[in-house]
Amino acid sequence: MTLTGWQLAFAFVVFPGVIFTAGVGLLLTWVDRFVSARVQWRKGPPVYQPFADMLKLLLKQTVVPAGASKVTFLIAPLIGFTAMCITAVLLFYVNFFPGDSFVGDMIVLVYLFALPPLATIIGASASRNPLSAVGASREMTLYLGYELPFLLALSVPVILTGGKIRLGDLVMFQQAAGPFLASWSGAIAAIIVLICIQAKLGYPPFDMAEAEQEIMSGVLIEYSGAPLAMFRLTKAMMLFLLPCFLVTVFWGGLTNWWVVLKLLAVVVLVILIKNTNPRFKIDHALRFFWFILGALGIVAVILAFAQL
Amino acid sequence: MKDPRIWGLKKSPWVYHLAAAPCNNCDIEILELLTPRYDVERFGVVLVGSPRHADALLVTGVLNRKSLPRVLEVYEQTPKPCLVIGVGTCACGKQIFRNSYNVVGPYDKYMPVHAYIPGCPPKPETMILGVVKALAKL
Repeated sequence: MTLTGWQLAFAFVVFPGVIFTAGVGLLLTWVDRFVSARVQWRKGPPVYQPFADMLKLLLKQTVVPAGASKVTFLIAPLIGFTAMCITAVLLFYVNFFPGDSFVGDMIVLVYLFALPPLATIIGASASRNPLSAVGASREMTLYLGYELPFLLALSVPVILTGGKIRLGDLVMFQQAAGPFLASWSGAIAAIIVLICIQAKLGYPPFDMAEAEQEIMSGVLIEYSGAPLAMFRLTKAMMLFLLPCFLVTVFWGGLTNWWVVLKLLAVVVLVILIKNTNPRFKIDHALRFFWFILGALGIVAVILAFAQL
Repeated sequence: MKDPRIWGLKKSPWVYHLAAAPCNNCDIEILELLTPRYDVERFGVVLVGSPRHADALLVTGVLNRKSLPRVLEVYEQTPKPCLVIGVGTCACGKQIFRNSYNVVGPYDKYMPVHAYIPGCPPKPETMILGVVKALAKL
């Protein structure tokens, strides 16, 4: 099925594009704060809290620091936001019409998921603040770290299906033969992707780029008002889209209503990891990703070649 | 309700803790206020690390010649609208330091202050009351 004209505009703006993804993402940030509150034995904020935060930030004054590159500083948040909108449309399209996706859409999605960290690095470097420069360098190192196990893990389903790199094919394969999560290699790969999601979201134990205690929210330190709201919205959308991606690739696709529970389970797992782990140092994180998760990823790939 | 900016400010005041040469007594009580025991996140209050993200500055300590330029700089770095809340007896008045050569006077000589919270140090409940009164005044 091909979307045309108004349908395309609707897909990008309302469902599953900006409005739907942003709304669900903000609700999930509320779930995040609520579960964190319950872990710490307190009540937590009301449901409308993320929306109130967003409204406040959008209407607040925006300060551009003196000496910062103005255009780059203000455009950077939009790069990540746009990437997430495109990701939303693409991801839901391959799930709703699995027979109709194009070859290599998985690679496109991997690149789109790489854009928000890139946008953070660009924005932080443009803001002319030593602490945000430290944050940007940490974000870069972290990105180099998690991308290797992430790609290794994503190659597992491709190998298991005998070289099908279209997400639609992977979804159809899982509908016919059961999710990849049921195989050994698939399970290991899914765990690796889960930990990489943690790092992509910048949640503890991988929040060294935003470490509030040492570098005062690092990469975002100079951002205020609407650009900060954009960054937070991008992160909220990622909190929705990355678990969607995990479920699409490893857990049977977004095919029936059970998927709501699956997504919630993944999100709550991410939040629990976030709440029970202290922050890594950046060199420890890099070592963890390359030598532990990378090794696990190679094991998963070998198992996948053995069709386990 | 008339101005959405004020509504947003009331529903999610992010605080920045600005310690202007205090004795650390008030600061420890502010940290106590942010612990799960009082759970101010119920009201949307979050402690932020950068004044650029802040909606409310919690200032503690007597304003002196050394801290005044720094306090003014942080106030100017904070995007408006923002609240300034003086915490502790030192911030409310000069108290035992009133005859010191170094003290330059109360905060509201230099910036608009929305609430003063007395106490040495004020209890967390007092601070919540002070912030609620400051927000109700908006």
